[in-house]
Amino acid sequence: MSLKKKQFISFYTILRKGIVRIMRIWSQTLLPSVVTSVLYFAVFGNILGSRIGELNGVPYILFVVPGLVMLAVITNSFTDVATTFFISKFFSRNIDEILVSPTPPWIIIAGFVASGVARGMLVGVLVLIVSLFFALPAIAHPFVVFLFLFLSSLVFALLGLVNGIYAKSFDGISIIPTFVLTPLVYLGGVFYSIHSLPPLWQNVSLINPIFYLINGFRYGFLGTADVSLFICILVLFSLASILLLVNLYFLRSGLGLRQ
Amino acid sequence: MQNALIVTNLQKKYAHGPEALKDVSLTIPAGDFFALLGPNGAGKTTLIGIVTGLVTKTAGKVEVFGVDIDKEAERAREMIGLCGQEVNFDPFMKPLDIVVNQAGYYGIPRSVAIPRAKKLLEDLGLADKGDQIGFKLSGGMKRRLMIARALIHEPKFLILDEPTAGVDVELRRSMWDYLTTLTKQGITILLTTHYLEEAEQLAKHVAIINKGKIIASGTMDEILAMHDTSMPQNGYSGGKLEDVFIKLTSSGS
Repeated sequence: MSLKKKQFISFYTILRKGIVRIMRIWSQTLLPSVVTSVLYFAVFGNILGSRIGELNGVPYILFVVPGLVMLAVITNSFTDVATTFFISKFFSRNIDEILVSPTPPWIIIAGFVASGVARGMLVGVLVLIVSLFFALPAIAHPFVVFLFLFLSSLVFALLGLVNGIYAKSFDGISIIPTFVLTPLVYLGGVFYSIHSLPPLWQNVSLINPIFYLINGFRYGFLGTADVSLFICILVLFSLASILLLVNLYFLRSGLGLRQ
Repeated sequence: MQNALIVTNLQKKYAHGPEALKDVSLTIPAGDFFALLGPNGAGKTTLIGIVTGLVTKTAGKVEVFGVDIDKEAERAREMIGLCGQEVNFDPFMKPLDIVVNQAGYYGIPRSVAIPRAKKLLEDLGLADKGDQIGFKLSGGMKRRLMIARALIHEPKFLILDEPTAGVDVELRRSMWDYLTTLTKQGITILLTTHYLEEAEQLAKHVAIINKGKIIASGTMDEILAMHDTSMPQNGYSGGKLEDVFIKLTSSGS
């Protein structure tokens, strides 16, 4: 059997294991984001949205749908990889099953990240379906929606892996989502357009990578965004590339994995 | 005759920790049943960790069937099966899935892995446990499951780090029978154990490690020949190997 085929089987095994886990504990992996999104749509979309009126020329609920989908995608793709990897190296120590095998580092990254991407995209689609009960978002550019769904899941699955590899305790994997991701997501334009901010805070928002991600995704729905689509894609590709290199470095050097 | 393992001047110094291995050199002939013995913290698991790629070495060279683990790590790993000291499978998975997934990491398709895993589980007395959740297995079953997992890719070199720890006498003897069958099939076995009668029964060659150094090595007969009948027993009666082990490891070597 060729080396490539062996490596594909290895990749498929890691991915399959991840997806089986996601589906086995769906009430922990898929349901929470759907329930949270229902509450967001009801409160921010219907109750508060009717008082806010329009934003960027569209009803507030239509403006907020892409942001809330992205919120679910980011948290799920990140959490899936960070917790799965951390638990397998820290508690059950079953990461050794892969480390003693001939599976090269890039396949380990591909397998774990693909599982995170699958969960992120699946939850994104579920939240989008739920949003249909509250509003009927038009999709101006379906390919852009799909591209940003994929790229966002990819970037945050890669970030989750960095966190999962590097974390030395459970605190280590809760600090980043709580104190870094959540503020960046909320300040990244999920609920508002940066044009409604004072000039200083508009400029501050431009250094938040999540702002580009939400904007690109929103462009796919509404056909308008605060910054150019090209810049959004460039930022996401750059982030994905940097995070991929960091993961490769971590796995090749054995940091946090090999004594 | 080809050697399964050649370890040359192996050193390991843990960051902020002790020097676990001090210039260890060891050769295990192909097809051998080799026992690596030593007290807790002697360096056995560190040595195994380096050979299997779970621990990085500070200095030295390791070859598995002539393959340098630094130059061709992936090729070397294909030849090794590891049954580690700690139970380290996903406790929420079923034994059959654990073994089949392990095959996947070695590039073995599921169509080949599933019947092979079923056969291994059957050979190890776990046929009826294939669909039970891992954490519900008894201690002995978990150990046997780890042996099945280590054998799924048909390795030439099987490393067993205290595989019978916590296993009852009857089961331990059935595991001895199984391991003997494996050596007859040509699989080289490296065994670490604190049950010295186990090593005495099974191993052809022995090395005793203490404080990171190999203090004795040779055939089982050569090691047993060091037995001194005049040795004080302190009121306890062990086997010959146990007496030699205590003499060597307590002499401050």
